[in-house]
Amino acid sequence: MQCQECGKRPATLHYTKIINGEKNEFHLCEVCARERGEQMAGMDSGFSINNLLSGLLNLDGQFAEQQARPAAQAQPLRCPTCGLTYSQFSKIGRFGCSDCYDAFSAQLDPLFRRVHGHTTHRGKVPERTGGKLRVRREIDKLKQEMATRIENEEFEEAARLRDRIRDLQEKLDS
Amino acid sequence: MSLPRFTQHALSEWMKGKGPRSDIVISSRVRIARNLSGLPFPMLATSSQSSEVVRRVEMALREEGRPSVLKDAELIRMDDLSDLEKRVLVEKHLISPHLAEESRHGAVILSQNEAVSIMVNEEDHIRIQCLFPGFQPEEAWKLADELDDWFESQLTYAFSETKGYLTSCPTNVGTGIRASVMVHLPALALTRQLNRLFPAITQVGLAVRGIYGEGSEALGNLYQVSNQVTLGQREEEIVQKLEGVVRQMIEHEHTARNRIREASFIQLEDRIHRSHGILSSARVISSKEAMERLSDVRLGIDMGLISGVTPQVMNELMVITQPGFLQIRANQRLDTEERDIRRAEMIREQLSLGRERE
Repeated sequence: MQCQECGKRPATLHYTKIINGEKNEFHLCEVCARERGEQMAGMDSGFSINNLLSGLLNLDGQFAEQQARPAAQAQPLRCPTCGLTYSQFSKIGRFGCSDCYDAFSAQLDPLFRRVHGHTTHRGKVPERTGGKLRVRREIDKLKQEMATRIENEEFEEAARLRDRIRDLQEKLDS
Repeated sequence: MSLPRFTQHALSEWMKGKGPRSDIVISSRVRIARNLSGLPFPMLATSSQSSEVVRRVEMALREEGRPSVLKDAELIRMDDLSDLEKRVLVEKHLISPHLAEESRHGAVILSQNEAVSIMVNEEDHIRIQCLFPGFQPEEAWKLADELDDWFESQLTYAFSETKGYLTSCPTNVGTGIRASVMVHLPALALTRQLNRLFPAITQVGLAVRGIYGEGSEALGNLYQVSNQVTLGQREEEIVQKLEGVVRQMIEHEHTARNRIREASFIQLEDRIHRSHGILSSARVISSKEAMERLSDVRLGIDMGLISGVTPQVMNELMVITQPGFLQIRANQRLDTEERDIRRAEMIREQLSLGRERE
């Protein structure tokens, strides 16, 4: 089948479009498809999450700016460690250092929610820097287990778990 | 340094074996992004800070007790490579275009079998990448996890209790994991089902891309499916979701292959043998056409319509017909026209070798 647009090249993109309730079939070659901006998902270039990101961030940027306006000559939001400003971040979509996460924290959760649908890490925890979190996760797990034991009336085992939780809690508080 | 070992052979050692579901899944990859605590991310790091990162990673690599896969691994600095050599590593999926072209003090650690490549000073300080043949995302994750544990025992990572592993790009924060599977979907493409399939995949939080990652074109019906979300889900959940979705894609592709076999066998056979004929006889062939024809022949092999050519030969051809590889082999720069001629030559040679081996 030839491309319906140029009539020269073979049609490689076939699709149906509903316009005003009417079904229209299209058969285009790649060149004409690109010109018309009709590209298949996953085949295009540049329209990726990372490119969209700066759009999402700019939304926040404008919002943050509006909020900050009343304070007039307010200092631009800036990471104290690496010096990256929030507006630079929103243009390039990259953090300058790990402290940027703290510096821009007020702005970040809405962004994370949009990108990931979540704002809190639930995955792996490193041994060195994640010590306390590891213990807290262990406590949560033991608490759940204890609840199940109580439900099953296995009180001896539940008591043992309670003691372990208390030990871990002490370790955490110390 | 024995770089020729990594650039002369198209197939990495890991790829020579046959992986599970290798009729449809070419490879499975897991990449995790990590940063060292107390140093700016590569984008803002000074030259001395970046070289400090390389120094620390290299020290960790030499430490006793490292995982066996890293025993004979080498650290290769980007500055020590020619543009062509870098390009070949990109074509073999061992490094990213970003590391090759834009990194400062960029380096890569490659395991002997090339299943592991660890990029240093790419967008993040460390990116651990594990590649397995066929459909094995879980195995790839397990190895990446083990290597991560090792580096973490030697280096202090940037980590936050609420946000997880802190990465340069907000799309990687949390687990820092990107799991992806490269699939060959010629029958779904032939039956025009991809434009229904891809939006559905996007809706469940996965992304579909061309074979060289973000922004690259889909060549030869090869697609990379990967997770998009890295924050708020556990690594295992992320990998399992990808596995589940890809398993369904495999089923759909199988169904489509069977349907074509039943409905238009002679047309299918004709198309595949024509492509094989072109590949075995052409004197000039563009990279795009080569990939398309190779996809047909690969389908023919997988459906038992072509014998005498192993699927590995096809995998190999998909790499060696890329521009960087052709030029490394020829030992000189080649313009497009010269490359098209060399490519045709290379393919004819490989295909007749395949026949002799039989």
